[in-house]
Amino acid sequence: MNKAIAVFTKESFLVPVIAIILGLLVGAIAMLAGGFNPILAYTALVEKVFGSAYNFGETIRQITPLIFTGLAVAFAFRTGLFNIGAEGQFIIGMVAATTVGVTLDLPAFIHAPLAILAGAVAGGLWGSVAGYLKAKRGVNEVITSIMMNWIALYLANWVMNSFFVPKGQQRSEMVSDSAIITITWLSQMFDNARLHWGTLIAVVAAIFFYVIMWKTKTGYELRAVGLNPHASEYAGMNVNRNVVKAMFISGLFAGIGGASEILGVFHYQAILTSQPGYGFDGIAVALIGGNTPIGVILGAILFGILSFGAAGIKFTAGVPVELIRVVIASVIFFVAAHGIVKIFVKPILKKKEGGN
Amino acid sequence: MKKVLSVLSVATLSLSLVLAGCGSKTEAPQGQTGTGTEGAAPAATAKVGMVTDVGGVNDNSFNQSAWEGLQKLQAELNLPKENVNFLQSTSDADYVPNLTQFVKDNWNLTWGIGFLMGDHLKKVADENPDAKLAIIDAEVQAPNVESVLFKEHEGSFLAGVVAAKMSQSKKVGFVGGVEIPVIKRFEVGFEAGVKAVDPNVEVIKIYTGFFDKPDEGKSAASQIYGQGADIIFHAAGGTGDGVFNEGKDRKSKGENVWVIGVDKDQSLTFGDDITLTSMVKRVDEAVYRVSKDVIEGKFEGGKIVWLGLAEDGVGLADTSSKNVPEDVLKLADEYKQKIVSGEIKVPAE
Repeated sequence: MNKAIAVFTKESFLVPVIAIILGLLVGAIAMLAGGFNPILAYTALVEKVFGSAYNFGETIRQITPLIFTGLAVAFAFRTGLFNIGAEGQFIIGMVAATTVGVTLDLPAFIHAPLAILAGAVAGGLWGSVAGYLKAKRGVNEVITSIMMNWIALYLANWVMNSFFVPKGQQRSEMVSDSAIITITWLSQMFDNARLHWGTLIAVVAAIFFYVIMWKTKTGYELRAVGLNPHASEYAGMNVNRNVVKAMFISGLFAGIGGASEILGVFHYQAILTSQPGYGFDGIAVALIGGNTPIGVILGAILFGILSFGAAGIKFTAGVPVELIRVVIASVIFFVAAHGIVKIFVKPILKKKEGGN
Repeated sequence: MKKVLSVLSVATLSLSLVLAGCGSKTEAPQGQTGTGTEGAAPAATAKVGMVTDVGGVNDNSFNQSAWEGLQKLQAELNLPKENVNFLQSTSDADYVPNLTQFVKDNWNLTWGIGFLMGDHLKKVADENPDAKLAIIDAEVQAPNVESVLFKEHEGSFLAGVVAAKMSQSKKVGFVGGVEIPVIKRFEVGFEAGVKAVDPNVEVIKIYTGFFDKPDEGKSAASQIYGQGADIIFHAAGGTGDGVFNEGKDRKSKGENVWVIGVDKDQSLTFGDDITLTSMVKRVDEAVYRVSKDVIEGKFEGGKIVWLGLAEDGVGLADTSSKNVPEDVLKLADEYKQKIVSGEIKVPAE
């Protein structure tokens, strides 16, 4: 657990906190320049997220897919791969879950897990295509995974249009009740907010991430390959197989994210009119979280609160959407740019050391 | 913040006093929303909100048109500025919380703009039976939702007539957003109009799959112009901006190409040198009228309204005469009369 505890040690805890404050300050200046009251705006953000059970539940709903895609990106990062394709793996996970959810008719205890598993495996396989190309042909995974995003998007729409969308609709048929993972009683407790088991699975996935990465031989090899592929090969590890494996596991996370979005939130798959965006946000989440599982969860929470609370700023304080994006971006900018923040933190840390 | 609040409350109080002086039945339900606001809302405190689809409020298209309707409402009824508001959706997942935000805050009416929001609006309507909602472009069966749809095929028919008459290459194009029933009506109506004038004119059709991607619109337009078409009609929301962009590029290189705009009079945004005409869909009027009705206590929940040529819900833009010769407009008008009288039935799918 050393790694997990390390997250809360002085500097790694202080840096993000100060980064957030700096980001909010810059955002406040932007709002002041635009003639809006930043205090009113930030109060509105907090009120939107924590003010009512419904909105709090919906914030959790917003956070959940970000954890999955954040884990996906972070896992690949740890093995020296830059998985921009979480978006596509997420979409393929959605398609697989919808397919299993709509076509099969099974008892609930097996149907829902099977649909999630299908999403996971499909996402994993989709990711491992980029891994395979990298391993066998040395194709840069950034290029392939970006392109795979678009292939996934159009493939998803084609599959939906050809097999699942009833005439005159823009979405698939509903998945069977037995495949739905919404937690009804909890949803009702949160005023019909769309809460589902996916959130719990996301936390389990984070633990799985930690265990496999730091407690198994596989994880050791994956990390070694990430740190130095040549040394790893010299030590007798199969670098190529590890690259494919890393991309598979990475895609696995994103795929479950997509599956739980379908089975827990929408219960059907709409024709995608644009990329869902969770995969790209996942990159920011992973960076904010320093590519650690706990960091990813915290990063997803921050990201989810900001993006969901943004509607509150618009609604209550009347700040235009464009300006809110500036605020969100500046927070993320400072969180991601550790170096800048460390300049501010240094004097504080030094003082403490001097005091001891 | 306290200052703002007190200024606000003074403003509302004075407004309600003025209204009370007029002898209307205002009760000035200051701060007591949720208890006695079931029926007609006192005009000065009526609040109407709308939720855009992923196109956003500046899409130069129907979201923007809807917002203009609400702004007109605010201006004409002299409502405080914050009593009309919109929330923008960045993904499908945003629709429900955005709609719910207005509903839970007891706004008198909440609009969902666009077909894509249908299922989501239905969910919110079912969960909040006391709330009043309305939707553009989708049919929602719920006792507390008024649905407003447009006979886009009728208006597009006229656009097709103009296109077929004006095309010199005898090839015209259509760029659609997502292939959904609403957009299909544009396409089918347009083609019917073209063929009614001249069955030999070819219609090249491309669906980009997006409402918010001008780059996709630009490449689709480039493809169609490249195949020899000289007029493109688009029904693609923000994606259509790219169609105009490509048209302008080609025009500046000396090609004689045109774009037919959609939803709003797009010559006002993109200029007369490229906009042949626009198939105007009066979303603003619909939003304005229904909202006004609700404020006056005439909400018709469960009703499904279709607005076509006869109701002036769709039609060619008033500025068409700038680029379209009179005889063509006259012909379009003849077709319009025939459609209104029922002599021509425009297919919708």
